[in-house]
Amino acid sequence: MRRPLAADLHLHTCLSPCASLEMTPRKIVARARELGLAMIAVTDHNSAENADAVRQAARGSGLCVLPGMEVTTVEEAHLVALFGEGEAARSLQELVYDRLQPGENDEELFGLQVVATADDEVERFEGRLLIGATTLSVGELVEAVHARGGLAIAAHIDREAYSLVGQLGFIPPDLALDAVEISGALDVAAARARFPEYRGRPFVTASDAHALAELGRHPVWIEAEEASFTELSAALRGEGGRRIFARRPATPGAAPQ
Amino acid sequence: MTLREISDRLGLTVHSGCDRLDTEVTRGYMSDMLSDVMGNAPIGSLWITMQKHKNIVAVAVMKSLAGIVLVKGRAPDEDTVAAAEEEGVAILSSAQGAFATAARLHELGVAGD
Repeated sequence: MRRPLAADLHLHTCLSPCASLEMTPRKIVARARELGLAMIAVTDHNSAENADAVRQAARGSGLCVLPGMEVTTVEEAHLVALFGEGEAARSLQELVYDRLQPGENDEELFGLQVVATADDEVERFEGRLLIGATTLSVGELVEAVHARGGLAIAAHIDREAYSLVGQLGFIPPDLALDAVEISGALDVAAARARFPEYRGRPFVTASDAHALAELGRHPVWIEAEEASFTELSAALRGEGGRRIFARRPATPGAAPQ
Repeated sequence: MTLREISDRLGLTVHSGCDRLDTEVTRGYMSDMLSDVMGNAPIGSLWITMQKHKNIVAVAVMKSLAGIVLVKGRAPDEDTVAAAEEEGVAILSSAQGAFATAARLHELGVAGD
C-alpha cells in the first residue's frame, strides 16, 4: 500500500570539511529516526567514503540510507548524485577522485575530513581537497551518474553560490536532470513561481544539513510503496501513481505539487 | 577599436564568429558567474570569463555582447562552438589570465567598471 514517506535527500557527514564533527553515522541515523524520516541520502562533497558506514549504522532500524555525493562540476555548480547501492556510488567516486583538482586538504583552513566507522570511531582522515572542484562538466557528470544507474539533482538552484542557475545563468534545457533541489529559503510554491521555466522538472526540498540540528529540515514527501531508491526514482517520474509532495499529504489522494 | 584589432594586439585565438570581428568594442565586463553577467553586463560589452559551457552563447546573445574572451588558454567545448556559430557569437581565447587580459584591454582604451 502506498503511504507518505519523509525523506532528506541532501546532508553532509563529518567527512565534508565544512560539516560539524557531530555528523557521525550513528548520530545521523538516531536523529533521522527521531524525526520520523523514512529515507536519507549521504551526500558529502566529492566523496562517498562515509556512505557505507551510515548504511551500516542504519541496518535493522528501518531507515533507508542512499549512498550519494554532492559533486562540484567544472562550472563550480553543485550536483547531488544518488544511488541505490554502494558499488555505483564507489564507481562515481572513482571518477570524481580522478577528476578532482589536485591538492591536500588544509584542515586549519577548511576543516577535518573524517572517514568514520559505523560505530562513530575515526577510521582515518581523508587527505584529498574535497572542497575543490572537478574537471567534470555538468553534462558529463549527469551522464556519468545515469550510466551508473543513479539520479542527478541540481542542488539548491535558488542560491547564488555553487548553484547551476547561479553559475550558468539557467539550467541548460537539454540537461537530463531527475529533479531540481531548492534550499529551505523558499517553499516549493514560491520556487515554482520564481522558476516557471523549469515547470517540467520535479522540485525537491532538502536540508543540506551540515549539523545535527539542521537534519530533516524541509523534507520532501514521497508517496510510495516503501522507502527505497527504486520507489524514489518512480515517484520522481510519477510512475504508477507514485508522487512527490512538498508537504506531508493530509489525506490519501491529496493534490500533488 | 574592433574585435579584430583587439585579437591581433593581444594575440588571441578565434574559435567562432570570424565574420563578427569588425564589431566595435568600447566596454568590457569580467565575471565567471553567468547569472551575474545576465544581470549586470553592459549591453554590447566584451566579456572575459573562464566559463566555456554552451550557456555562455545564450548569455552573449541575450546581452548582445561584442564577443567572449576565454582566458588561460581555455578552449570552448565543441557544442559551445557549434552554438556560437549558429548564433553568430564571436568566441576568442587568450593564453593569459583574466587579470592580464583585462589590463591589456584597458590599455587599449576599452572601458569598464
